[in-house]
Parts: sequence; structure tokens; C-alpha cells
Amino acid sequence: MALTEEQVEALRDLAEHVAAILPNDIVRSETRNQELAITILRGSLIKVLSTLRDDSNCLFRQLVDITAVDYPEREERFELVYNLLSMKHNQRIRVKLTTDESTPVATATTVFSTAGWFEREVWDMYGVYFTDHPDLRRLLTDYGFEGHPLRKDFPLTGYVEMRYDEEQKRVVYGPVQLKQDFRSWDFLSPWEGPLPGDEKAGVVQVGAPKAGDKG
Amino acid sequence: MGVSSGSIHNPAQPLPPGPEQDALLKGVGQELQEKGFILSTVDGLANWARTGSLWPMTFGLACCAVEMIHAYMPRYDLDRMGVVPRPSPRQSDVMIVAGTVCNKMAPAVRKVYDQMAEPRWVISMGSCANGGGYYHYSYSVLRGVDRIVPVDVYVPGCPPTAEALVYGIMQLQKKIRRTGSLRR
Repeated sequence: MALTEEQVEALRDLAEHVAAILPNDIVRSETRNQELAITILRGSLIKVLSTLRDDSNCLFRQLVDITAVDYPEREERFELVYNLLSMKHNQRIRVKLTTDESTPVATATTVFSTAGWFEREVWDMYGVYFTDHPDLRRLLTDYGFEGHPLRKDFPLTGYVEMRYDEEQKRVVYGPVQLKQDFRSWDFLSPWEGPLPGDEKAGVVQVGAPKAGDKG
Repeated sequence: MGVSSGSIHNPAQPLPPGPEQDALLKGVGQELQEKGFILSTVDGLANWARTGSLWPMTFGLACCAVEMIHAYMPRYDLDRMGVVPRPSPRQSDVMIVAGTVCNKMAPAVRKVYDQMAEPRWVISMGSCANGGGYYHYSYSVLRGVDRIVPVDVYVPGCPPTAEALVYGIMQLQKKIRRTGSLRR
């Protein structure tokens, strides 16, 4: 939903305020699509989150979500995203930081108790490790699952599939065997290439009468 | 339906409404009046009982469950066919697997099936349960519930309408009437 004039103004004030109270922790601050996002140093996560929560001009008391993005081409491939909501000021802020497979991030459970499951999900899906998390187990995938499925190098179909074993009388995992490979139908995507039936648009036909030609 | 007066009529094929059925019913009534009992086969009786009270184990896993609920609700009212949802596998005859079976759920589905008493049947409802459907290539979804339990009736659709499920149940009743017997 588009923000009103005053809300945009308030967001600008917020950005300035946040930059002023956390001068040494913020790497970058940008407002795009009327959404404020700050990139911070990995080590200052706890400080930034607790400041944003407690500062009287911020009061971001709700942690809405923690997620991650995988950019395999980057030096530090993962970008962690913390979405915060201030009910008091009706504002949202996005806090980002980068990490990689082997660098752990401090847990946010000390600041927001809800972070527990969010961090478990990020650990499950991306394999980002959080230090001092009270119970860092997988959240969504099967017990004993191997790999982190939302990493870009994880194949869509995974490595194993399930079936019932008549001898062991239980369901077991086996290597994945597809009867038919996954096919990408992306040429029908309206965002890539011409739409079906539109192939001749823009192609100038030789010998065809041009528009405006007489006779 | 399956019960008939002895030798003339094959219980596997119920008569459609009409003069023939009227005559049969009249015959049965008359026999009951005169002798006080009627003759049938044990298989016929068993099949009649089984088809008349197919109690399903409700296994609603995804959006298909909503259509399954529609089928139980007054508009289609599966109760009138003796289909009453049960919360326990020990009491149920048929398992309706309605929705996506993911790998984490699969052992539970199999366990519920194992706990059901014989004779038992399975209806696979919707594309996901039939063969993975939309999630066929996913790393975490079972490519069809028939990989872990034997399926009797597949109901296609995404999700199937409540009518389709009711039709599937009627197909299963037909199957039981045709193939069911007291012997195992």
C-alpha cells in the first residue's frame, strides 16, 4: 500500500535518526519502494536490534520475520534479513547483514524470543549457524534430512525419495529416480521472450506492404 | 442392495429401479411374510454391510481436505451413504488421503494404515496424493501416496470437487461389491 506524504516524511526522519544513533554499525541505508532497509555489520546485530527495539523514536517491538537470501557469486554468500515492525509508530524497517556457510551469527533470541523458530528455519533452509541459540534443530524438513534446500546449489528434486519397504515393514529413503526429468516451461513466461502468438511482432516482413504505402 | 432372495439374482449387480426391481422386492417381501426369513449369501450380506457403512479415516493434509469436508456437509451429506468420519484408524474401513503427503508425514500415513483393521481400503484424493501433482519434483514431497500404501481408488483433480469424491466413494463401494468376500 502506498504511503501517505506524512508517512514518507516520517520514514525519512527515521532513517536519519537510525543513522544518528548507530553511526558505527550501519554499512548502508537505503529507502526503496517506500521501504527502509539498513545493512549492518555482522558483529553489531544484537546492539542494533536492541537499540531499534528500545529507542523511544523507534520502538520496533515486533520481529516479524527472519529470512535469508543466497547469492552464490558473492564472497559472503548469505544475506540475512530481519523484518521489524513498530506498532507504536506504524513503521517497518529491514535489517540486513551478510555471512557465509562457516561464519556463525549471534542469535537474536536474547532480544526477541520469537527469533527461536525463525533462526531454526534459516538454519534448516540455508545452513546459517547461530551461536548460543537455545535449541538449534531443523524445523521444517524431515528428521535426518541432509543438506539445506534453499541454497542455490541444492537440486530441486533433492537426493533421496521415499518408499515403503516390504521387508523392513517401514518407509525408507532411497536414491531419487525420476521417470521424467523436470522440464522448464519458462518460454511461456510473460517476463521472458515473446508471448505465444506474438512471435512475429516487430519482425519486418520482406515484400510486405508498409503502413502508409499507397496502392 | 446386496441382499437378495437367494438364487435368482446375482448380488454383485444391483438392479436398477424399474419393474424388475419392484418384482424382486415384492418377492422378498412376500417371502418374509410367509416364511419369516429370507435367504442370501454370506458374501452378499458382508458386502452389503461393508458398503453400507464405509467409515473413513479422515486424513486431511491440505486444501483437498476442504473439499472432503464439503462432501460431509449437508449439501452432499455422505452420512446418508453410511460414510461417517472416524478419528481413529482402529474404527475405520477406508483411509481418504486428501492432500500433499510430504516425506515427514509419510511414516505417519503408513502407521495409520497399518493400524487399520482388515478389510481396509485407501482412496487417494487429488493430484498431490495421486502422483505428487504440483510438487512432483520437490525434494520434500512423496511422489504419490501409492509409494507407501496400496491405493484402491484415485480421485483426480486439484482439488477434486466434493462430487468427485462422492463419486470416488461410490466407485469404491462398487469395487467392494464386485470383489469383496468374507474369505481373505
